[in-house]
This record gives sequence, C-alpha cells and structure tokens, in this order.
Amino acid sequence: MAEAYFPVGPGLGLEENFLSLDDILMSQEKLPCRAETTLPRLAFALGQGAASGDSIPEGTKLEIPLWLAKGLHDSKRRIISVELPKIYKEAWRTVFSADANVVDLHKMGPYYYGFGSQLLHFDNPENPEIAQTILQTFISRFRRIMDSSQNAYNEDTSALVARLDELERALFQAGQKGLNDFQCWEKGQASQITASSLVQNYGKRKFTDMDG
Amino acid sequence: RQALEEMRALYERNQADVSEAKSGRTDLIFLIRFRHCCLLRNQRCLLAYLYDRLLRIRALRWEYGSVLPNTIQFHMSSEEVEWFNQYKKSLASYMRSVGGEEGLDLTQDIKPPKSLYIEVRCLKDYGEFEIDDGTTVLLKKNSQHFLPRWKCEQLIRQGVLEHILS
Repeated sequence: MAEAYFPVGPGLGLEENFLSLDDILMSQEKLPCRAETTLPRLAFALGQGAASGDSIPEGTKLEIPLWLAKGLHDSKRRIISVELPKIYKEAWRTVFSADANVVDLHKMGPYYYGFGSQLLHFDNPENPEIAQTILQTFISRFRRIMDSSQNAYNEDTSALVARLDELERALFQAGQKGLNDFQCWEKGQASQITASSLVQNYGKRKFTDMDG
Repeated sequence: RQALEEMRALYERNQADVSEAKSGRTDLIFLIRFRHCCLLRNQRCLLAYLYDRLLRIRALRWEYGSVLPNTIQFHMSSEEVEWFNQYKKSLASYMRSVGGEEGLDLTQDIKPPKSLYIEVRCLKDYGEFEIDDGTTVLLKKNSQHFLPRWKCEQLIRQGVLEHILS
C-alpha cells in the first residue's frame, strides 16, 4: 500500500510540466490551423507532398500537434494561425452549459481540460469564454465523479470511467484508492505488511532478452 | 533502446547543422524554426523517459532493499546502476545520521507495528534463514513460522513471505 513511485504529474493551468509524461501525451494531440505564409520545404514533414522540395502554399489547412503549434506560433503571427477544434467552439459550448454530464469527454479528445488550458496560449478573441466553459464543465461533472468513486467498491468501474477524460480519471482513481485504503483499515489490514505492487508486477512479467 | 534514441537525437542534430548552414537565406527561417521545435520535442521526450526510469529505480530501493535482482539490473544502463549505488549511499548516510548512534533504518516499519513477533507463511523456497539468537529456519513453500518482525519485513516486501493476521 505504501507506494514509493511518484511519477511527475501533469501541470495545472497554463504551464505544462516539462518532465510529465501525461503532459507530453497531451501535447501530442492535433490542432487544426492555417498556414499564413508559404512554408518552403516543409511539405514532406507535414505529409502534404511527395518530393522533399515542395513548399506549402499560403492558406492551406493543416493538422499539427500542439507542441509544434506552440513552437511555430509567434505574436507577430507570421507563420501559422490557429483555429479552435470543434469541441471548444460555440456549438459545443452551449451543449456544455446545458448539461455537461452527458458528454462523452473521452471520445472527444481525452485531454479536454489540459488541452483547453493550453489553447489559451494562442491569442483568440474567444479565450475568456473558453476558460469559463472549461471551468463550468468541470464543476458540474465533478460531483458525479466524486459520488461514483466513493461508492463503487469492488465493482467493475469501466462503465463509469468510459466517458471521463484523463484528468477526471485521475480524480476517480484517487477517490477509489482512498475508498480501498479506508476499507482495508476497517478490516484491520492496515497493519499487514504486503509485498509492494512493483514487486508483484516484476514477478509476473517474464523478462525477454533485448535484441539488437 | 537508449542507444536507438540517442542515435535518433544525433541525426536530428545533424539536420539542424545542415539547416544552419543555409541560414543565410531568410526564407528558410520557418524551416529552421520547425526543426528546432522537433529537436526540442525529442529532447523533452528523452528527458522525461530517463527521469521516469530514475524515479522507478528510486522506488525499487525502497521496496526491494539494497540488492536488486539480476533480471532488473540487466535492464538498467551502467549510469543508472551507478546512480542507484550513489542513492543507496546517500540514503545510508542519512539513516545513520538520524536517530542516535546506530542510526535508524527508515525502510523498516513502513506501517505502524502492532507486535514484535509476527506470523508468516512462506510463498517460495528461499533456503535457510538465520535469526538473531542463532537458530536457523528452513523456508520452504507453505511452511509457517513465528518470527521477529524486523527480520521478516524485507522478505515480505519482496514477496518471499506472506504476513498472516490472526
């Protein structure tokens, strides 16, 4: 029960944690944007042309991952301009304000909150509304997550967890862990020394030889 | 695995050199910037991976004790082994400085103990095990013993023994 492995968690708000694996995965998500000027020689890298000498004409729509968008985005906006993914647009915002609990956030991009926070980096006139929407969605979904995590003991939780995005899943697991620990304590297992989960995992995995 | 990633990083660095050589032409600025982003990205992924490995190795010290099984050591690079040894030494010197003359073994008693002697059952064949007053105990699978707590704690955490509650 006493865990010794503490991985680096995702960042909060506008900043990402450099070393956090969750943040790295999250910034891999793609973002639609438009090329503002002609981009020479980039066609092969972005998957648009066959020959390596092609350039991307002005105005083409591209889907690039978030880390690239952040790097190429400049306040003078010479290179690319970013559009919002549809889940952060007006139509979906009204859905969220109507009832946030029905939306399947995992299907919509499993990093709704984190990605949304990063989007606020790009100057966009709708930023305050996006921020508000994200916050309100979280508030309205939170109660259900808390309830279900504290009351589902020893059950199959996959139905409950399927519609949550990554941040909510982490919360859910924290709740479940608290519940399990409390049950252990009630049963008197708190003083039982157990083999750590790391040890148990190593025992089960068969080590294969590294090739190459 | 690490070797492959280092190779990839070197290759990207070569690409960066090539693009720098052409940086006299200003319309290639975007390309340079693009490559720079890729390099930074690779660097970040590499660093995060290595750092995560270090965190896990540190956890291993707390769970497994001072000696790592060979299968795990086989998968660690030589720098990681050295890091592990240094961490062991730092931890040992810290434990010695805390709590009086002989020091305090912080890796014991992670959960508050209820009694001095505990009942354990053996899960795997371990061989002979000597206790403080000199008696040896043969640990075979499924044999039960009544042993002092501090001796068994390591073995329980490694999965060799199992703690039984009465």
